[in-house]
Amino acid sequence: MEKKIFERPLIKKLQTGMPNKFGTKTEYDPITDIDGVAIKGLMAQYGSPLFVISENTIRETYREAYRAFSTRYPRVQFAWSYKTNYLSAVCRTFHQEGSWAEVVSGFEFEKALQNGVAGKNIIFNGPDKSTADLTMAINHGAYIHIDHFDELFLLNELADKLQKKPKVSIRVNMDTGIYPQWSRFGFNYENGEAWEALNRIMLGKKLELVGLHCHIGTYIMTPTAYGIAASKLADLAVGLASKYKHNISYIDMGGGFASKNTLKGAYLPGSDTCPSFDAYADAITSALINSSISPDHIPMLILETGRALVDDAGYLLSSVIANKRLADGKLATIVDAGVNILFTSFWYDHKVTPAQPFGYHTEDMIIYGPLCMNIDVIREYISLPPMKKGDHIVISRVGAYNMTQWMQFISYRPKVVMIDMHNAVHLVRENEDLSYVCQLEKHPEHLNDIKPL
Amino acid sequence: MKLKKKLAISDTGFVFDPHSGESFSLNETGTEILNMLKEGKSQEEIMTHFLENYEVDNDTFERAYMDFIAMLKFYNISEENEKD
Repeated sequence: MEKKIFERPLIKKLQTGMPNKFGTKTEYDPITDIDGVAIKGLMAQYGSPLFVISENTIRETYREAYRAFSTRYPRVQFAWSYKTNYLSAVCRTFHQEGSWAEVVSGFEFEKALQNGVAGKNIIFNGPDKSTADLTMAINHGAYIHIDHFDELFLLNELADKLQKKPKVSIRVNMDTGIYPQWSRFGFNYENGEAWEALNRIMLGKKLELVGLHCHIGTYIMTPTAYGIAASKLADLAVGLASKYKHNISYIDMGGGFASKNTLKGAYLPGSDTCPSFDAYADAITSALINSSISPDHIPMLILETGRALVDDAGYLLSSVIANKRLADGKLATIVDAGVNILFTSFWYDHKVTPAQPFGYHTEDMIIYGPLCMNIDVIREYISLPPMKKGDHIVISRVGAYNMTQWMQFISYRPKVVMIDMHNAVHLVRENEDLSYVCQLEKHPEHLNDIKPL
Repeated sequence: MKLKKKLAISDTGFVFDPHSGESFSLNETGTEILNMLKEGKSQEEIMTHFLENYEVDNDTFERAYMDFIAMLKFYNISEENEKD
């Protein structure tokens, strides 16, 4: 007789009429494969935890976003936001699709060059651009987005020194009707600072003003805020054309589109509330087309969308290390993926799905990571089927920010694999080991000898 | 361990404790264990039954059984917690 699958015995107290902070059951089917590749096999070969990237999802998401904008506006260009995920395999996939690179540091600039992106297709944002960084950007003909007056003055100096006319845009911050208003990047629109910067550039004649940029925030759930931002940038462009007879080449709307992840404290899941690419595209392109910009000089529309393009393509596979009861009887499940590699668990209630078949009973639990740190919580309240040591889980929508903001802390960072368009698996980043972690360390000579303790 | 005598267990895993008025739900394995405990079966007998009928090893079952029994005690449905 064939034996039955064992599910941990479970008893759950029934409470009618009580608010349930764990929410209802959310997972109805296990995730047993990604793009046709069995999770069990992936973890057997590459270990646990393991990041998995779906090339197919990246390309499909990119094409959906590009289609939303290009069907509404004549000139559209995406620039891949390196800080969102700068694994070379990910960047190169976006570049193959036609994305430029959007970088925010000298390191990211160098990485974009290494990935084969020409300087003229690199947008250099960020508040920290050293003299060396700016020199590199000028020499490669990149688009430099000026963040503050100190940078503007430094660029004027470098233009003289290098005898070149750097291609620049200004970053503009503004009130778009959302809270909090991001005012830390660039020059303010409402108080006239943006015009002061534009006047200095135009009258100084040392820099070539090619565009206008804004980055109104992150995880913006209100497409109309982008419409307001686009109107204000268009107003600056019209002003430049009128005052200086100068037409800019592009308007860059930055990033900040929401992904389908659920923010902590949100009442509804992100998959139900996240605006579509069409909604963002409609707000932005309508504002630009309805503006007073001359149709003969319609600027290119650049988008630096990161999170919304890559979040869905990333999965984190993990294994159950242990189950334990907390003092109040609540179940705590400990898994081998912690907040050190899942930084976004501080912002999101990530979707967690068992990777093996399960019954219809669920248990309220907290999911801890493996770190010896109280903050290492992957999900504070979740209702999942009973799992036992060695079972696998899939944490979905982890493609954005985790593979850049992760840290080597307590344990080694794991392997990353990419599943290609033909369902073949490629190792795109090795796991760390002791020699990798220690390779940059040195110790003073007097600490050479350690007597046996 | 012994369960409270008047504990009502349905075939579908619904449990009612007439002493406290509280109700509970069980999954399939929980229902089997609770019924066997009600019949007075020992831990060894329950373990043998599960090892014969389920895809589970000794340690995994013992660990899960320990946790289940702890929860029965936590919910006050074992006899040792019975007040009357």
